Amino acid sequence: MALINYSSKEINCKIVYYGPGLGGKTTNIKHIYSKVNPENRGKLMSLDTELDRTLFFDFLPVDLGTVKGFSVHFHLYTVPGQVYYNASRKLILKGVDGLIFVADSQIERFEDNIDSIENLDDNLAEYHKKAEEIPLAIQYNKRDLPNIVSLNELEDALNPRGVFSCEGVATEGIGVFEPLKEVSKKVLRKLR
Amino acid sequence: MPEDKEGTFEEEFQIIKDSLEELCRETKSLSVLLIDKAGQLITSAGNVSSLDIPSFATLSAADFAATSNLADLIGEHDFSTLFHQGARKSIYVSLIADKVILAVIFTKETTLGLVRIKVKKTAEKLANMFDRIFQTLESEYSGAVDDEFISEAETELDSLFE
Ligand SMILES: Nc1nc2c(ncn2[C@@H]2O[C@H](COP(=O)(O)OP(=O)(O)O)[C@@H](O)[C@H]2O)c(=O)[nH]1
Repeated sequence: MALINYSSKEINCKIVYYGPGLGGKTTNIKHIYSKVNPENRGKLMSLDTELDRTLFFDFLPVDLGTVKGFSVHFHLYTVPGQVYYNASRKLILKGVDGLIFVADSQIERFEDNIDSIENLDDNLAEYHKKAEEIPLAIQYNKRDLPNIVSLNELEDALNPRGVFSCEGVATEGIGVFEPLKEVSKKVLRKLR
Repeated sequence: MPEDKEGTFEEEFQIIKDSLEELCRETKSLSVLLIDKAGQLITSAGNVSSLDIPSFATLSAADFAATSNLADLIGEHDFSTLFHQGARKSIYVSLIADKVILAVIFTKETTLGLVRIKVKKTAEKLANMFDRIFQTLESEYSGAVDDEFISEAETELDSLFE
């Protein structure tokens, strides 16, 4: 199920940041939180374990305001990357409208990216008949680090669909808004 | 019939709202919230002015999803209700038509028993309607907005996410 328009005046879009643990998903959301006008966003909520790793998710509601009588809300979520939290990853994907995959560019994380994107496909297949129709963008994060995989290799391994992708340094806010904008627009266009 | 599209579910929505208000009144609860399984508020009744609604809706949905995973682990299909008891306020959460979450927040003004009975009544009344709504939504959720909406929304997005 994609967007729901119960009262025909509310549009809620659920956008999920997916990717391997410690790839930079939370950093993306924190940057968005810090840059978006406080009037347009709610509280940033984190459900952490005692180990200070995201157990369930981070959650940030962002309001676009009223557009032609519709009040438009985006709900941003991150999923925990650790392998043993697949149950909570799956539940966050319920009702997802758009996805941003945050890949970790470091050479030693290459396999983890592949595992994570395969895990995304598997989890989506359980909920959605047409998972490939869900808008997706990819951010190749941590481009500031020295030991990174080339862009070509990453594209080759992670982007067979040829979706929008960009380089990112989430800690500096680079490449954070581009994929979010891309996916948000695609999600809204699907309503037409 | 393009005119019909304008008012999609407007009538049903009113019935839902009225039922929630009735439930809230009859149980003397603080507030009643209807939330979808993805964690988005559908509508509410009663006093929600001091409540962080997006967080509440998200956590309720996550709570339900987590508990249904727990149910799985012990070989149950689902737990259809959840109850969280606090010193002053309590929350009673139940699932309607397997699709939407009804959360009632109440105080010592009322009892769990009364809340439970009235919630059951409301759930029965609304279940068929939700089945119908979700069937329609699944078959045609597109066409809700026009090109003008898209272009205005995109301009807003560009300035919001700079
Ligand atoms: N050098 C560098 N570090 C980053 C970047 N993005 C995130 N990090 C760091 O990577 C670690 C994990 O990030 P986090 O957002 O918690 O990852 P998550 O598990 O995917 O949510 C943190 O220490 C971040 O500061 C980046 O672009 N460059």
